[in-house]
Amino acid sequence: MLKDIFTKTKKKKYATIPSETAKQDVPEGIMTKCPNCKKIMYTKELVKNLKVCFHCQYHHTMNSKERLESFLDASSFEEINANMISENPLNFPDYIEKLEKDREKTKINEAVVTGTGTVNGQKIAVAVMDSTFRMGSMGSVVGEKITRAIEKADELGVPFIIFTASGGARMQEGVLSLMQMAKTSVALKRFSDNGGLIISIMTHPTTGGVSASFASLGDYNLAEPGALIGFAGRRIIEQTIREELPEDFQTAEFLLKHGQLDAVIPRTELKDKISAILSIHQPGGDFQWQEN
Amino acid sequence: MAGELEFERPVMELKKKIAELKEFTKTADVDLSSEIEKLEARLEKLETDIYENMKPWDRVQIARHPARPTTQDYISYLFEDFFECHGDRAFGDDEAIVGGIAKFRGLPVTVIGHQRGKDTKENIRRNFGMPHPEGYRKALRLMKQADKFRRPIICFIDTKGAYPGKAAEERGQSEAIAKNLFEMASLRVPVICIVIGEGGSGGALALGVGNHIHMLENSTYSVISPEGAAAILWKDATQAKKAAESMRITAPDLKELGVVDEIIEEVKGGAHKDVKVQAAEIGEVLYQSLKDLMNLSEDQLIDHRYNKFKSIGEYSFLKEFIGVK
Repeated sequence: MLKDIFTKTKKKKYATIPSETAKQDVPEGIMTKCPNCKKIMYTKELVKNLKVCFHCQYHHTMNSKERLESFLDASSFEEINANMISENPLNFPDYIEKLEKDREKTKINEAVVTGTGTVNGQKIAVAVMDSTFRMGSMGSVVGEKITRAIEKADELGVPFIIFTASGGARMQEGVLSLMQMAKTSVALKRFSDNGGLIISIMTHPTTGGVSASFASLGDYNLAEPGALIGFAGRRIIEQTIREELPEDFQTAEFLLKHGQLDAVIPRTELKDKISAILSIHQPGGDFQWQEN
Repeated sequence: MAGELEFERPVMELKKKIAELKEFTKTADVDLSSEIEKLEARLEKLETDIYENMKPWDRVQIARHPARPTTQDYISYLFEDFFECHGDRAFGDDEAIVGGIAKFRGLPVTVIGHQRGKDTKENIRRNFGMPHPEGYRKALRLMKQADKFRRPIICFIDTKGAYPGKAAEERGQSEAIAKNLFEMASLRVPVICIVIGEGGSGGALALGVGNHIHMLENSTYSVISPEGAAAILWKDATQAKKAAESMRITAPDLKELGVVDEIIEEVKGGAHKDVKVQAAEIGEVLYQSLKDLMNLSEDQLIDHRYNKFKSIGEYSFLKEFIGVK
């Protein structure tokens, strides 16, 4: 109303106190605040740097789409089994609704995206877990899609690369989730016995049933800096042993120190390092093996 | 009776009453035989009512019963010449898992199982049947040895889970479990797994990649303990009873979900009431299982295991294709 423009009582009577969330939040989209060092930076710049903080090297969560775009050669990705979705085998209350909500939120159908693509021209089968969908938890669909991706790698005779990000087995599918650990491991063994190359890259977080199956079964087990990796939850361990755990417990660096990983590789170097590993698995040079 | 469970209290009380009456007739000069007979008939009906309508939580109680027979109990009844092998050849000997070689009705086999203690002292030594990585690595060593000498492998599953501790994480609990799943896949001999108590998550599965998986009627097998599930799902560990019901962790549930091959019937009231009879029951199922699996060649056994696990899980497809691209 025209009248409102000319009102004289513009002064606010009360001071507004920004809420806790508002204090944390920077207008979404344009700027991003690093949860580690609290510094604020342009989102566009951050994404260009593969979501690695310029100031403290903190690796922000990447979803499956961002991961595939950053890791594979442009438009080389061909997805398989994209439309596979979960059932509700235990008739768990609210499970279907939760899945639908996450599908809506993430625009993917399950917590893993699988397919084929190329890394600096070298063809691979790939599975990328997505922690934004049900915490990346593994139920029947995640197990089946990963298994099928391994079978695809076997069929094409190409390496299998998996990016893990998961809170573990999915409670709502009970023992069927547990059995996916066996399913995927059995498939990896067959692929491995056929000479297949397996590279596992553990990203934040990789815990529980996922860390105790395919994540740990690479010919090369790698991890991103700072990633939480472990079998049992920190809180459960502290309750069990009744002592405080070291600060770096169950981080990628902790695992490296204890001999559980081949290397911890910053995201910005990941593509080139993996590409080099892949290339070492190709025959080369002016040498000839003696055939039997 | 020591160790009676809440749901079976009516049975126990009635039994006590009958015993009292019998004692009384011996000393006093009264004939109560007709009363006793009546009570015994009632007892039988009560037993059937209670033991044949057990709720999941009742079964959890039986599976956790302190007197429930352990791997070693069954080994002593089922196998001859058991020779226990110790150590993973790298770090130590984890007594939460026992393993060794033996004969089953004349056939050389390798037997491995989780091992709980019978009392506090033994439980401390055996870490309550919750293995560390070296336990799983010992098991794998024995499995590979079985593969070399072409002996079938029999695994008894009975653990709350792999031990959640600092040292376990440092030595690679995840890797040890994962490696077992991976290596068990390609064993060229029959692998038969029998859940005899609690089948707790990855710690149980690490001995569980078998051609056949059987479960004692009152054992459980689950991705997480009912208490853990309740804590995660409802932030309240006291809702374990409700979780036990919704998580579907009993033998009939697992049979229905296509995970388990045979349910091994238990002695009325649970295996602890008569270990010898229970062992004989297991022996029959084991014998049939071995007979069936030994018809398969090495390659067929590996394929059989592959297909078994490949078929577990439920999923469907959306009609329209929605990808990330």
